[in-house]
Amino acid sequence: MSKRIIIPFGPQHPVLPEPLHLDLVMEDERVIEAIPSIGYVHRGLEKLVEKREYQDMVYIAERICGICSFIHSLTYSQAIEQVMGVEVPDRARYLRTIWSEYSRLHSHLLWLGCFADGMGFESLFMNAWKLREHILDDMEATTGGRVIQGVCKIGGVRKDVSNQKLREMVQGLDGIKHELRDLTKVFSHDSSVAHRLRNVGVLPEKQAYLLGAVGPVGRGSGLNIDMRMLGYAAYDELSFKPVTESGGDCLGRCLVRANELFTSIDLIEQAVDKIPDGPIEVKVTGSPNGEFFSRTEQPRGEVVHYVKGNGKKNLVRFRVRTPTFTNIPPLVEMLKGCELADVPIIVLSIDPCIGCAER
Amino acid sequence: MKTEEQTTEVIEVPTLQQRAKEMLDRGYRLVQIGCTNTGEAYEINYSFDREYHFVNLRIIISPETELASISGSYPGAFVYENEIHDLFGITVTGMNIDFKGTLYKTSIPHPFGITIQKKDESCQKE
Repeated sequence: MSKRIIIPFGPQHPVLPEPLHLDLVMEDERVIEAIPSIGYVHRGLEKLVEKREYQDMVYIAERICGICSFIHSLTYSQAIEQVMGVEVPDRARYLRTIWSEYSRLHSHLLWLGCFADGMGFESLFMNAWKLREHILDDMEATTGGRVIQGVCKIGGVRKDVSNQKLREMVQGLDGIKHELRDLTKVFSHDSSVAHRLRNVGVLPEKQAYLLGAVGPVGRGSGLNIDMRMLGYAAYDELSFKPVTESGGDCLGRCLVRANELFTSIDLIEQAVDKIPDGPIEVKVTGSPNGEFFSRTEQPRGEVVHYVKGNGKKNLVRFRVRTPTFTNIPPLVEMLKGCELADVPIIVLSIDPCIGCAER
Repeated sequence: MKTEEQTTEVIEVPTLQQRAKEMLDRGYRLVQIGCTNTGEAYEINYSFDREYHFVNLRIIISPETELASISGSYPGAFVYENEIHDLFGITVTGMNIDFKGTLYKTSIPHPFGITIQKKDESCQKE
């Protein structure tokens, strides 16, 4: 048996935009075990419920992450609405769905770019981010913010979007579809990409289920789990099928995200087609008394916001379980037995968001 | 908008590992483990899902109670159990990966724990 050594990976590493540390137990060039540690950006946001009233916590929830910001505010708002029995107007439900899918497009394009960069494929990175700009422009035009939108509130949304603008958005998405196809075709057909990703960081379906993998990490291993199927916001009135791949490797996870771009566009088109006219918010009075686990599908997978109130302005508990946090055990499993040179690409393949994971 | 049905069952602490095993055998995946500080005790929720059916098992423990790990059934539980230990100060025994308090590096030990909350409240009164 070769001598075992430990190589520290992170918290600062060229492929990591955020700090994650792994102690890699190595035998020659092969990883025997990976021991993760986090805590470098723990902000204790959940504890802020003791200081902030439940309505203000929407702003805090939105700032948990700079990419799935809108969906965090949506998930939190839905939790409070459920506890308080608030009926959100239909138009607001549809707008929430449209912005959620825009968030997914923005996040997946960002990730596809970063992933391409991680493989050393810089032109692909630039193409992905060029298309992401189109998505961010629409988000800015409709919400006022590129990263933090601030449009979701308890009882509905703060801003309406005219039907004319919504139709223009659909036309815009239709206009970039062929470029998206060209982009995703590189991920699915290019031999150098396949050579770099196929059979790397394999997570079998059974292991993925047992370890709690969610989002594209789980679906890349064949798990048909997508919280949009719960029918929150307007998803119960739209039709879609979760994208799955059976490979369980880095390529599988990559293709799930690439194909989900088209599912998101399709959902936006359906939502714009069906969105009813009407109010966008209802007045919410009183304070939450009860508890609920609100679950939605973020770009990285299932997120859970647990809220518990006792009839006062401040919640008793606000707990967030983010997809990256639950995808850490699957990551540890994927790394077992891989080559040291594959570690960065495997870590990237779960689309880690440490800001989310640590809150 | 569809509303998700959620069930919560309060269970006895000694039955936790057995109940977790039963959930695994019935095909449920572990969604999360979360702890709530109720002032005098801790309320811990073990959430499971199978085909979008959400079930929550709850235990209520005093700060001194040692908690048995369910990582024997659900190997991914270690992240939640280490989190509960680091943030709330609850001792969890038998974890498959035990970070021994180093998963979260916080300037105050166990910042969400009952002792810290009581200190905060006494500071506010002063």
